[in-house]
Formats: sequence, C-alpha cells, structure tokens
Amino acid sequence: MNGMTFDAIAARITQVCEEAMVVRSENGQPFVRVPAAALPRVAALLRRDPALLCDALMDLTGYDRLKYPGNEASPANDAIAVVYLLFSQQHHHRVMLEVQAPRALCAVPTVSGLWPAALYFEREVFDLLGVQFVGHPSLERILCPDDWVGHPLRKDYLYPAQYHGVPHLREGQHFDGAPRRQGDPEPAPTPAPTKKGHP
Amino acid sequence: MTIEAITLGGERMQLNMGPHHPATHGVLRIRVESDGEIVSSCIPDHGYLHRSIEKIGECIEWPMFVPYTDRVDYVCAMNANLAYCVAVEKLLNTDPATAVVVPRRAECIRVLVAELNRISSHLIAVGAMAMDVGAYTPFLHGIAQREHVNDIFEKLCGQRLTYNYVTVGGVAFDLHETASEEIASFLDQFEKEMVRFNKLITTNTIFRDRCANLAVVTAAEAIAWGLVGPNLRGSGVDWDLRRDEPYGLYGELGVRVPKGERYAGRKGAVGDCYDRYIVRLLEIQESVRLCREVLKLLPPAAAKANDPIGGHQADVSKVLKRPPKGFVHCRTEAPRGEMGYFLVSDGTKVPYRVRVRTGSFSAAGIFHKVMRGIFLADVVAVIGSFDVVVPEIDR
Repeated sequence: MNGMTFDAIAARITQVCEEAMVVRSENGQPFVRVPAAALPRVAALLRRDPALLCDALMDLTGYDRLKYPGNEASPANDAIAVVYLLFSQQHHHRVMLEVQAPRALCAVPTVSGLWPAALYFEREVFDLLGVQFVGHPSLERILCPDDWVGHPLRKDYLYPAQYHGVPHLREGQHFDGAPRRQGDPEPAPTPAPTKKGHP
Repeated sequence: MTIEAITLGGERMQLNMGPHHPATHGVLRIRVESDGEIVSSCIPDHGYLHRSIEKIGECIEWPMFVPYTDRVDYVCAMNANLAYCVAVEKLLNTDPATAVVVPRRAECIRVLVAELNRISSHLIAVGAMAMDVGAYTPFLHGIAQREHVNDIFEKLCGQRLTYNYVTVGGVAFDLHETASEEIASFLDQFEKEMVRFNKLITTNTIFRDRCANLAVVTAAEAIAWGLVGPNLRGSGVDWDLRRDEPYGLYGELGVRVPKGERYAGRKGAVGDCYDRYIVRLLEIQESVRLCREVLKLLPPAAAKANDPIGGHQADVSKVLKRPPKGFVHCRTEAPRGEMGYFLVSDGTKVPYRVRVRTGSFSAAGIFHKVMRGIFLADVVAVIGSFDVVVPEIDR
C-alpha cells in the first residue's frame, strides 16, 4: 500500500490548523512547522485520522537554534526546535513536524498520550535541551544525574568546573580553545603547558 | 491462574537490580518493587554509561564522528558505522554539488561486514538470553562462533570490537586476498554449528516453556511504544528497513523478513519472549544467506587493492568541509533495530546537531509496562529477550 505524499499530508494538517506552515529546509527537506498551542490538535489528527494514521513515532528530538544561520523560510532565532518524526506503519508514509519553543519559557505540550514511545524521548529532550513537556507524567532527567545543572545540548551551555567536588580538569591541565567554564576567572593568558604527564 | 489472583497482599519489597548485575548487559539499574515473587513495578534508571556522544558530535568534524559511532553500540560497531555514514551520504546527496557515489565493491563489502556483524551481535543476544535464564553452555557456543567473526574483522581492519571501518563514501580498507574464502568457510562451518546450538537450547522444552507467553507485546503496542527491529518483528509486524526502505545494496538482495508467529506453540503468544528469540535466530540464517549472495556479487578488486577503496576519499573529505546546509533524517536496520540519525548541518565542517536514535532506548522504555506482573526471576529473561545494550541506551 502506498502512502500519501508529503504535500497531501501537509494539506490535511493546514486544514485543521491554519497557523501550520509548510517549510522546506535549505537542502529541500520538507516539514510542517506547528505552533506549540496547536500541537495536540495536529498530533491527534495525524495519529487518529484513518487516512493519515501515523502510528509510529520514529524519533522525537530537538536542537538549539541559537547559533543556526537563518534563511528566508526560517529566520534566525534563539528558539529550541523540537522535532517529531512520524511514520505510518499502516500506509508507509512519513511526515516531520517542528515546534519552536521560545528559549526562556520553553514549554511544549506532551504527545505521550498518543505515542507512549514519547515518554522516554521527551524525557531525553527535557534532560539535554531543557524543554518542559506539559502533561508528561514523569518528566525527570534520564541520562544526566538528577542534580545536574543546565541542559548540555543547549548551545550556550557552560561546562561545569566540577561535579560533587571532583574537578573536570586535572591540576595544571588545560585544553586549547576549551570553552570558558562556570566559575572560571576572566580568560587569562594561556598558561605554559606543563611537562608533567599523568599525576 | 492470573497473577492478580495470587497476590499475597503483604509488604512490598524494593530491590535494586544493578548497576552491576551480571544479567543486565552493562550498567543498567532497575528499581524493582516486588510483592513476594511478583514484580509490581519496575523502573529502569539510565545514565550510568552516558558519554555525551551527541554533544561530542557537535564539537568535532563530520568524519571524526565515525569512531564514536563504534561506541554507540560496540556489539555491532559495523552497523553503527554504516548507519552514520549512510546518513552523512544522504545529507551530502541532497545537493548535487556534494553528491557522493559509493563504489560498488565498497557497497558489497559494507553489506558483507554488516551482515557478519549482525550474526555475531545476534549470537550474543540469543546466547546471553539463554545464559540469563540459566543455560550457560549455549552462550559459550555463541561466543566461540563470534570469535571467528572477530578474527575476520581483525584481519580486515585491525580491530576486534570497535572497527572504525566504514567511512563516508566507502570503506577504509579493501578485503584482504583470502577474505572471500575465509568468510565462505566460516559460513559453512557456522551453519553446522547452529544446528548443534538449536538442538542444545532452541528446541529445549524447559527453555521454550520458560519464554513462552512471557512479556507479550502485541503488534499495535510494539508500534506505539516505538519498538524496532527484531523486537518489532517478534510482535508480528512485517517490517524491515533493509527490504522496505532499502539503502546501499540491500535493494538488489531481496531480504526475506521473519516475524513472530507464535513459535512456542499452543502455550505461547505472538510477541512473547520466545518469538523475539526465534526471530533473531531466523535473522542469523538470513544473514548467512545474504553474505553468500554478496560474495557472489563481489566485483573484482581494483588494480591497487591497498588503496582506500574507491580511490576518491580525497573528494569526500573535501565535500565534508562544506556539506549542504539543512537537515536529514536517515534510518538503517542495525541488529537492535532502526538506528536513526537526525543530522543538522549549518554548512560548516562541524555538525550542528547529531542525534542518534537507537533501538535499545525505546526497548528500555517499554520495560516498566511489560515487567509488571511477571515473576522476579523472569525479569532477566525479559531484558535478554529485548536485547538491550546499555551503551546504546545511554550514548
């Protein structure tokens, strides 16, 4: 059975949600950008509509747009993009949704009610990118320790200088061009490399 | 007798399985709450093996990430290499100016090593599952056969576990002169050995009854919970990316896809532990067939066999300095199911975002659902049947 084309799926989405935008990336990959408020509506349509029936969530991930160069279709901004890659095991078609959540108030409705696979994926996106998934039953960190500070995949993430008293650099060790770390003094002139090896 | 009927109603017991438990396949911790012998809740705790591979991907150049993919899943590093390289090639091919063509001989070698690695990975999976339920010998037989595969790979690329062999645009080294004969003789020997393996454990009534009707996942549940690969097929879903979204040479090979069919007989159910186990064994058979097919298709080596295969590696490294802007999502079939890469490129030599979606991650997500109500002793059998590899969960 052959599924619907991307354009047909996008047309169905824009019927339900007028704010949805059909966008093509710089290298021609099509996706639908949905405002966060309309996500539950669009997701439910994709999941339940018998012609669409996207029953599989291939992936739910995201990236920080802070340093991403913009183009006409997606001007540069500092939002966190959450990406939903949906697939229909029934009809064998796929569609990608993108929700841009503002950096400061980073909240997106959960889709774990429609795809239970999202329970884990959303925890990971929360852990690494700091997106709050509203309505998720147990939004806890999954990969980092519970008391970790910050969300590592954000582009403005500061590397912690130490964790529970364990420094992340050995004494006298330095990395050329390493990002400035939390608690570091203002960048000083590079110290001369020590000849000492492993302590 | 249903599990609910024999609930004792006494105090619940908290039990920590792991992080250092021999049957949790790495450092996986499971917080089990049990009511007598019955598991009443099971919460996996991840992150002990988190090496921030996705963050590392944002700090290094495109081709430098290949060795890290080995560490994403060290049990099938060839497939992990392949998944990343196919994804990067897909990204490059979105722009004709940077398009990369993989030479046919390299495509053949890729399928060959990927299927050999699938065999060795599934041997670990079925052997370790048998070991988890108490049958130690089959595991050793599996490991012994895996050694032969490792020997072949060691001759091929110098490594036994983390190969860094598949590169963007081809493979790192050509096959050595005697490789075809060695692989062919391994496959002949291996098929005989598998007969013995099956006599030892697969048809063993105790093993079969233990796994039958345990942790049943229906087809609809498997899809909704994001199970992939053998776990999805074990639930009776007829889906294999090698056949249905072919990449590389797989389109020509006509992959035959096994699926769960209640192999345990009347006592079993489609999607139980035994089905997932049998699907892996059938996939081993299919991989043996694919390897033989590819050996027939293998074109003769180029004149200079020691060159990086294809002889156009320089061009690839040049286009990898300026890949197209944009993103790409590409999924390939690894032994633990779909390994999907979501790559975002800002047009520079360093990836903007490297996302790895692995089969074990979503398989671990269903644990708390399927573990509820089973016997405590079966927890390890269920973990084994889903074949989770912890580095793949934690990355």
